[in-house]
This record gives sequence, structure tokens and C-alpha cells, in this order.
Amino acid sequence: MIQENSLEEEKLILDDIASRLKAFGREREELIPILQMIQERHAYIAEDAIKMAAEYLGIAICEVYGVATFYNQFRFHPPGKNHIKVCLGTACHVRGGDIILENFERKLEIRDGETTPDREFSIERVACVGCCALAPVSVVNETVQGHMAPSKVEGLILGFKIEKEKAEREKKKSEPAQ
Amino acid sequence: MVTLIVNKQELQVDEGKTLLQVCLDNGIYIPNLCHIHGTDNPSASCRLCFVEIEGEDKPIPSCTVKVKDGIIAKTDTPSVRRLQRTAFKLLMSVHRVDCGHCPANKKCELQRIAKFLKVGLKPKYLELRLKETEVDESHPFLDYYPNRCVLCGKCIAVCKDKHGRAFLTFAKRGLDTVVSSYGETDANLPCSKCFACIRICPVGAITSKDSPRQT
Ligand code: SF4
Ligand code: SF4
Ligand code: FES
Ligand code: FES
Repeated sequence: MIQENSLEEEKLILDDIASRLKAFGREREELIPILQMIQERHAYIAEDAIKMAAEYLGIAICEVYGVATFYNQFRFHPPGKNHIKVCLGTACHVRGGDIILENFERKLEIRDGETTPDREFSIERVACVGCCALAPVSVVNETVQGHMAPSKVEGLILGFKIEKEKAEREKKKSEPAQ
Repeated sequence: MVTLIVNKQELQVDEGKTLLQVCLDNGIYIPNLCHIHGTDNPSASCRLCFVEIEGEDKPIPSCTVKVKDGIIAKTDTPSVRRLQRTAFKLLMSVHRVDCGHCPANKKCELQRIAKFLKVGLKPKYLELRLKETEVDESHPFLDYYPNRCVLCGKCIAVCKDKHGRAFLTFAKRGLDTVVSSYGETDANLPCSKCFACIRICPVGAITSKDSPRQT
């Protein structure tokens, strides 16, 4: 089910990219603007999107991949339902932001820039989010979480899981039994 | 013809070559990994080929110097050696040393440099930082070993030179940098008749899928 959904979703994304590519020139310096357009509209750059960009500019696929992976701003996985940004700006770094990132990564079994297979969570590392006094900071679904600690990482993720289970139970209840 | 002096030895050589090339041609070994014979645009990324040149206040990578009349250079001063040993140790701090299972064993440039600089292959006092992936097997004809690669870029350059476009590229950055053939899975790739990247690699980081696996 999830698989079918995401295939359909991907087709829509690719159609959108194809229609927008026409606005760009075919010189190689258009590559980064094209990647930015894709990332901006769809929050990530899919494998087929990389191929499309390569074809459009007439350059090797791996070259597009090389350029895209050089920059932190590009993601290659669709964002999860709950998007976690871990601040590694100077203040947060000094106060152990990397430990918080590692905690999220271990707990969710993904690396920064990745999404869990069930599409529930994704992790991204960001630079200063502007509230250094609360370092180390994470931003979870646009909510700033200050003074992060390993126990808080556990708590946040547990909270989301409980919420999800609750929602599922309620859904079951409202659906008539078969 | 220009005349220059290297380690007190007078050399008469053709113009246009780099100091590194001239030294190598005349049997004066200077450690080097990223130098490509005949290129006009050296990447100078390995930082191993330093020499001291009279009149310059700091050692310079010899692959970036075109020979001129009257150059007086030394390839073996203490500051040159210090720079080379440091660069080499840093390289080896991200290297999986397992020569017994490596196709480059005995013809490896790293082994040669270690012997020449009289340092071990495994650096002391530096933390070993290996990449998670030991082998990237995604390419239809090649296997790539990130923890052997010294990121000299010669495979990418030779590929581009031979085929007009490179089917290999650097990907990611910093400590995560790798050579990648991402997306190049087409069975029509020229690789199976080429393998220039394997031949130019100064270590054993690229192997052919057809050759017996040595891991
Ligand atoms: S690349 Fe050279 S130093 Fe590294 S394992 Fe192979 S032979 Fe040894
Ligand atoms: S694979 Fe070999 S030639 Fe290519 S960058 Fe790595 S060490 Fe250099
Ligand atoms: S460095 Fe993290 S909020 Fe400023
Ligand atoms: S050979 Fe000169 S810097 Fe690598």
C-alpha cells in the first residue's frame, strides 16, 4: 500500500520537474539552480530526478550526483512525517549537539539526511537556528526543543510512537468491524 | 633546453615540463600520488611532492612548478621531509592497511612512499577513521574500495580524458568523500574494454569484477 502510494507520488513529482525544466538553459551552470528548484518544490531529490537533470543538461548521471552530494542543503530521501532538525551550530556544537544527533540516529536507526523506512521520521543537521541560549537545540516539526539531552530524545520519539498507536486504535474503533 | 640544479646535480632538460616530471625522468624520486604525466593543470591535492627552491621562502609542490633556467632545488631537506611525513600519516589515518588481501600489494605507491620516507604504513598517534562501506559493488564492471582510495582523482581524470566525459566522480565531501559511479549502471558502459582507471590507480582501490576477488 505504502509502496503504491509513493510510486504514484513519485510520478507526480517527476511530471512536475519535467514541466519546470523547460524554464532552464542547458548549460552546465544551470545544474545547481535546477537542483535547488527540485529540492524547493519537493523537499528531496529522487534518483529519477537526478537522471532527468543529467539528461536535460547532457552530462553524466554520476556528475550530477557528485555535485548534489557535495552540498548539505540537498536531501535524497523524502522527509518523514516527523522531521527532526538537530542544530550543530557553534553554540550547540560546544554543548554536545553531535551527541544529540548521534542519539537520534541510533534510536531511529538512520543517519542524518535519511528517512525511516516507514516514513515516520527523518533527521537533518542544521546550522544555528537562532536560539543559542537554549543549546543544544533541536527543532522537531517546527517546534524548538531547547536543552536537549539523551533522555529527551527518548521521550520525544516515544511520545510520537504513543500518539501514532493511539490514532491507529481510534481509527480501528471508528471503522465498523468486518 | 633549460639548465637547472637539483640536489647539486646539474640537469639539462626540455622546457615545458614540471619540476616533478623532470626529477622523476632523471631518477630523482619525489613521493607523489596525484601527479599525472603531461597534464597542464595539476590538482596538487596529495601534498607529497614538496621541494625547496632557492629564493622561495617555503617548500612548494614540485608538480606545480614549470622548469626554468637557473632553478636550484632540493628534494630532501628536513622541512620537506616533515611536510611529506605529515601528509602521508594523515592519508594513512583513513586507510585500511591490509596489504595481504590487496591487489596492489608489492606495487603499491603507498608502500613505496612509506619505505622511502622511513615511516610505517599504520600511523602512530593518529586516530584511524575508516568509512563504513568497505566495498561499493554497484558498478556493473568495477568494484571500489573507499578505505583504500587516496582520493588522488587520477581515475576520474583518465576516464574523462579517454571518453570525453567521466563516468566516475568525487561525491560527498570532507571525510566522507568517495569516488562514485552513481547511476552508471548501463551495460553499454565502455569500462569492460577500458579499465584505464584500474591501471592508473596508485593503490588498489578499483578492481575489475572479472578478476579473482582478493578480499
Ligand atoms: S592500497 Fe597499498 S597500503 Fe593499502 S592495503 Fe593495498 S597494498 Fe596495502
Ligand atoms: S580510486 Fe585510485 S585513482 Fe581513483 S581517486 Fe582513489 S586512489 Fe586515486
Ligand atoms: S548554535 Fe544551535 S541555536 Fe545557535
Ligand atoms: S603530486 Fe604534487 S601534490 Fe600530488
